[in-house]
Amino acid sequence: MTDTSRPGVRDEEILSLEGVSLWLSGREILHDVAFSLRAGELTGLIGSNGAGKTTIFRVILGLETPSAGKVLFAGHPRQRRSKSIGYVPQSIGLDPDVPLRARDLVALGLDGDRFGIPLPSRSRRQLVDEVLEAVDAQGFADARVGKLSGGELQRTLIAHALIAKPRLLLLDEPLASLDIRSEQEVVGLLAKIAKAHAIAVLISAHEMNPLLPVMDRVVYVASGRAASGPTEEVVREDVLSALYGHHVDVLHVHDRILVVAGKDETHHTELERTRTVVPRGLG
Amino acid sequence: MDAVLTSIFEPGFFTSEPVRVAVVVGGAVSLVSAVVGVFTVIRGQSFAGHSLGDLGTTGGAGAFLVGANPLWGFVTFAIIGAGAMELFGARRPRGRDMATGIVLGAGLGIAALFLYLGTTQSNTTGATITILFGSMFVIRASMIPVFALLSVLALAVVALLYRPLLLSAVSQDIASARGVPVRVVGALHLLAMAVAVSLSCVTIGAILSTAVLIGPAAAALRLTKRPGLAIAWAAVIGLAVTWLGILLAYDSYYWPPAGRGWPVSFFVVALILVVYLLADLANGQKARRAGPRAIASDKGPGVVAGRAWPSLPPEPGAE
Ligand SMILES: Nc1ncnc2c1ncn2[C@@H]1O[C@H](COP(=O)(O)OP(=O)(O)O)[C@@H](O)[C@H]1O
Ligand SMILES: [Mg+2]
Repeated sequence: MTDTSRPGVRDEEILSLEGVSLWLSGREILHDVAFSLRAGELTGLIGSNGAGKTTIFRVILGLETPSAGKVLFAGHPRQRRSKSIGYVPQSIGLDPDVPLRARDLVALGLDGDRFGIPLPSRSRRQLVDEVLEAVDAQGFADARVGKLSGGELQRTLIAHALIAKPRLLLLDEPLASLDIRSEQEVVGLLAKIAKAHAIAVLISAHEMNPLLPVMDRVVYVASGRAASGPTEEVVREDVLSALYGHHVDVLHVHDRILVVAGKDETHHTELERTRTVVPRGLG
Repeated sequence: MDAVLTSIFEPGFFTSEPVRVAVVVGGAVSLVSAVVGVFTVIRGQSFAGHSLGDLGTTGGAGAFLVGANPLWGFVTFAIIGAGAMELFGARRPRGRDMATGIVLGAGLGIAALFLYLGTTQSNTTGATITILFGSMFVIRASMIPVFALLSVLALAVVALLYRPLLLSAVSQDIASARGVPVRVVGALHLLAMAVAVSLSCVTIGAILSTAVLIGPAAAALRLTKRPGLAIAWAAVIGLAVTWLGILLAYDSYYWPPAGRGWPVSFFVVALILVVYLLADLANGQKARRAGPRAIASDKGPGVVAGRAWPSLPPEPGAE
C-alpha cells in the first residue's frame, strides 16, 4: 500500500474551505464555513444532528455547489469529482442480496466508475489483498457485504476508499452504529492511516470523545456555522458560546469533555455518553 | 435408450419449425431478462420491472387494435413508461415507487379499454390471452433478427454499465462522488429493462414477464455472492427453465386433456418457482455450514489491544 509515486508531505495543506455558504430550498444551511485540512492529520467534524456535517462533506465532494466561498484542493479549485478524495457515507442502506464480497466492494474502489466488464488481473487482486490486510479485513474478505457487521462494513468501506490512493479521506459518522470496541478499532485504524500515508482524514461525529485521543484538530459545527483549530483552542466556553450564540459550558471530566449547551436539547447525547464508562486510549 | 429419448422428446420436437423458433427466441429472451434482472433486483426496482410489463400490456393491446405486431407495441410503451418513471422522480426510491404506481395505473386502464375494443370488434378472446400470457409457438421466424438485435442491445447496456451499476447499488452517494453519472446510468438501466421486458412480453406474456425478469435473478443471488457468477447463474437458470418449459409444453400435447397442449408460460413460471425454492434451500444449507465465520472474526478485546496493523508502520510518538 505504501505509495511511492505520490509521497504525501506531512502538514501540506490538502483542502481548504474559504467562506463557504450554501443555500438549499431557501434556507441557509452553511454560513461562512472556513477550515483547512493537512496531510497526515486527523480532523474531527463535530456537531449535533442537523448541524450541517453531511452537507459540508457534500460540498467538499462537489455534490453541492456553494452559494458563496471557495473549496480549494491542494491550493487549486477542486476539479469536479476527483479520485483523490475517498468517501465513506453516513449510512449506505445496503441491500443484503447484493452479490458482492467484501473484496469485490474494495475492488470497485479501484475502478467502479469505469465502463465494461473487468478482466481478471493478478495485480488488481494483489492490490485488493494488500488493502484488505491494511484494514485487517482478511478474515471476512470473502463474506457477502450484506452480512458484515457494522465494524466490518466500516473497515471494508475504508479499504474501498483507500485503494484509490486518495489524499483526502472523508468519513461521515463512521462510529454511529458501532459498539465501543469496534469504535476504538476504527478510530485507531484511521489515525494510523492518516500518519502512514500522509492522508488528510476528516471524520464527522456527533460525539467528540471517542476521537479525542487521535484528533489533531477539530471543526466544530453548530447550525451551519463552524469554528476550527486545535481541539484545546476550539472546545472552550468562549469560542463555543460565540458559535452557539448563547452560553455553553465546557466541562472536563477525567479524560472526557462534555459540552453542555444549556437549553439546547440536541446536546443531550453528549451527556448521555458519560453514563457509559469508556476506557481511554487505544492500547 | 431410444425409447427413453422419444418419451422425453416426443416425435417431431426437433423438426417442428415453431418449436425451433421458440427454442431460439424464447431462450435468448429469457437469458436477457435474467441478466438484466440481476441488476433490477439489486437496485430494488422489481416493482418498476413489473410495471413495465403491465405497461407493455397497453402497448400490446394497442398494437393488436391497430393490427400491428404486438412486439412494437410492447417496446414502444415500455420505453415510454420507463421514460415517464425516470422523469417523475426516479431519483428518490420512494418517489420512484409512487411515480411508477401512478404511471402503471393509467397504463392498465388504457390496456383494458384497448383489449375490450379489440376483442369486441374482432370477436376473438385469443388475442387477450396471447398478450397477457404470451405464446412462444406463434413467433414468426422472420422476427428472429429483430429479437436478436434488441437482445444484444439490452445485454450491451448492462455489460457496459456493469461496474457503475454495482457501485451505485452499494451507494448512490459513493458512486456520484466518484464521478459516475448515476442519473444517466439509472436511466440506461431502465431502458435495458424496458427492452428486456418487452421481449419477454411476447414470449412469456405481459403479466408473466416479471417472473423471468426477477425469478432467475433472485434464485441466482441465493446461490452465489460473486457478481459475475450471479449473472452467469441467472443466465443459465433463465435459459434452462425456458427450454425445459418448451419441452414440457410440447410433450403436454399428449397429456390430458389430449389434443390440446398446456401453455409454455405455465411451465416456465412453475419451473422458476421450483428453482427459486431449491436455491433458497441450498442457501439455507450453506448458511448453516458457514455459521462459525462470525465467531472466528470476532476477536476478543485482548487481541484488539495488542493488534498489529500489518502493512502500516507504528504510529510515530505512540507509547
Ligand atoms: N437538500 C436539502 N434541502 C434542504 N435542506 C437540507 C438539504 N440537505 C440538508 N438540509 C438541511 O440542512 C441541515 C443540515 O443537514 P446535515 O448536513 O445532514 O446535518 P448533519 O449531517 O450534521 O446531521 C438540516 O437541517 C437539513 O434538514
Ligand atoms: Mg449527517
